[in-house]
Amino acid sequence: MLLNARILPYVLILPVTLFLCLFFIYPFVLVSQQAFGSSEGGWSLDNFREVVDYWKFPISLKNTLLLAAAVVPIQLALALLMATMVSKMEKGRDMVLYIWTIPLGISDLAAGIIWLAIFEQSGFLNSMLNGMGVIDKPVNFLTYQNPWIVFVAIALAEIWRATAIMLVILVAGIGLIPKEYYEAADVFGASKWKQFTRITFPMLRPSLQTALVLRVILAFEIFAVVAALGGTLFPVLMGETYAYQFDLLNSGAAAAMALIILAISIGFTLIILRILRVPKGASI
Amino acid sequence: MAEIQIKNVAKSFGAYQALNNINLTIADQEFMVLLGASGCGKSTLLRIIAGLETATSGEVWIGGKRIDHLSPKDRGIAMVFQNYAVFPHLTVFENIGFGLRMQKLPNDEVTQRVERVAGLMHIEMLLKRYSGELSGGQRQRVAVARALAMEPDVILMDEPLSNLDALLRMEMRAELKGVLAESKTTAIYVTHDQVEAMSMADRISVMHEGNIVQAASPIEVYRDPAAKFVASFIGNPPMNFLPATPAGAGKWQVSGQTFDGPNTDKAGLQFAIRPEDMAPAEHGLVATAKIVEPLGAHLLVTCQIDEAQFRVILDSDTVVKPGQTLTLAPQSDRVRWFDPETTLAVA
Ligand SMILES: Nc1ncnc2c1ncn2[C@@H]1O[C@H](COP(=O)(O)OP(=O)(O)OP(=O)(O)O)[C@@H](O)[C@H]1O
Ligand SMILES: [Mg+2]
Repeated sequence: MLLNARILPYVLILPVTLFLCLFFIYPFVLVSQQAFGSSEGGWSLDNFREVVDYWKFPISLKNTLLLAAAVVPIQLALALLMATMVSKMEKGRDMVLYIWTIPLGISDLAAGIIWLAIFEQSGFLNSMLNGMGVIDKPVNFLTYQNPWIVFVAIALAEIWRATAIMLVILVAGIGLIPKEYYEAADVFGASKWKQFTRITFPMLRPSLQTALVLRVILAFEIFAVVAALGGTLFPVLMGETYAYQFDLLNSGAAAAMALIILAISIGFTLIILRILRVPKGASI
Repeated sequence: MAEIQIKNVAKSFGAYQALNNINLTIADQEFMVLLGASGCGKSTLLRIIAGLETATSGEVWIGGKRIDHLSPKDRGIAMVFQNYAVFPHLTVFENIGFGLRMQKLPNDEVTQRVERVAGLMHIEMLLKRYSGELSGGQRQRVAVARALAMEPDVILMDEPLSNLDALLRMEMRAELKGVLAESKTTAIYVTHDQVEAMSMADRISVMHEGNIVQAASPIEVYRDPAAKFVASFIGNPPMNFLPATPAGAGKWQVSGQTFDGPNTDKAGLQFAIRPEDMAPAEHGLVATAKIVEPLGAHLLVTCQIDEAQFRVILDSDTVVKPGQTLTLAPQSDRVRWFDPETTLAVA
């Protein structure tokens, strides 16, 4: 019986573990083989050299990082604000949450297309500006002459689409903070802002870690929204990976790109975990 | 000067009436204990004074100023919470200094005040620890230290010693009282432990089902309970009660004996006496001993008089066997009378 109790948990996680090994580790090994393989056989860094030396690589790396740097902090701030507001509501809280999380149910390509419908030459924005008399003929915003508008359109679409995933995690996290802490803070003179910085934020660190890691990884994998709004005007890492695989039919290079994205994601995950770590002994 | 006045305060949670029309004045620097059974509304009253709960009606005044519309931090109070509310992500030092930091006191003053109150509460060695790692009793002391560090006009304490072991509690009881007396703070102290209440209070407010039944000095609450509830809640074992029937003006018949009592025209009263206020005698109430418990300092005998249970505390040298008949004479100046209808004391 004792032995059973000890073994049972492992037996129970076995199917999931096998599943993960089969569909994650195995493809990962294959991809690595492709990335580090070379045409003459054996190991080499040729693929990495090729993708990094390509003229579009620095641009797509810069674009991806810039986009993440612009989008994720705004999403974090928005999600925190929305989560604190929702948590203070007594009635209608679920309703508001449902509405705010609707964009989550939309695929990223569809989201990109929705925002394309706003920004394109015959789109809502143009008809609105035209109607108000700001412009006298429709303007094509999403062109290579307006790289910042393309950037802003993509950022807006991403913020609209993917803030809710952080929101959901943060709402759950805020719900776990006992309200006595706020009462004590009230009595001991902490303003609402101080309560946020001294209590909510530190006690939310585990949820913030989860939300940020998830969001940052997804931000580095941005693809469909960019494809819809920027096309080739705004190269990003994932788009380049796609191009290597399906346009240039160079799966070795595509595999190398995939590993580079993975490495960046892991790097940022470690940084986030480090910054938001809970000091040893400080239980939350 | 921080006199606290509670005027006609009532509180209901939906249909449930947690406090009915509370009136209470606590003098400057007084140590007031709110004593009552679980659920009688002690915490609710304290939280209304603190501003964490809004009274349904009534007013709260501190130091001659009406404060019930102010936010907690503007009331000049500090509080020890029943469930500590010590921040687990901060060190003990930062917990104790929390309020001081909010007041933006200079670093060295924070350090000095934190170290002083940590010394008072015997937690100097814990200052660097995170409070998530502390035991319940240690956390409770951090909570008390955090409140003391504020040097408030009024300190509100909700069962601040309930998680300490008996020995430490006795020690802390005396120390806390000393610390508070020295700091000239007005204190409201909630407890359901009557020994704590008796030993610490300047005055005790006995609460029952959302009412303050009596607010008086510990000895008065003990000797002259204003209502039967107080008589049976305070004292261990509590007061004994026997039914009394009228036997002429100012005379009452209790279990075949006649006693001098109040001169009223009530159809019946309850005769009450504390267990230690009886002694074996030639004449008196006739009781049959049922259970004999030698407690060292004295002998506790549970007996029966007519149908009623009756406890007496006798000298530990007395020899009593179960089944034995005792004749017990009540000390006449310690006899009290209650009206069975209103349950209030009758003089
Ligand atoms: N937020 C609330 N909502 C509904 N009822 C409440 C609320 N707070 C307290 N009560 C009720 O009010 C009554 C008094 O509660 P209170 O916490 O003041 O009791 P207490 O005397 O402090 O008891 P204890 O000694 O157990 O702490 C209880 O019956 C409780 O159920
Ligand atoms: Mg309570």
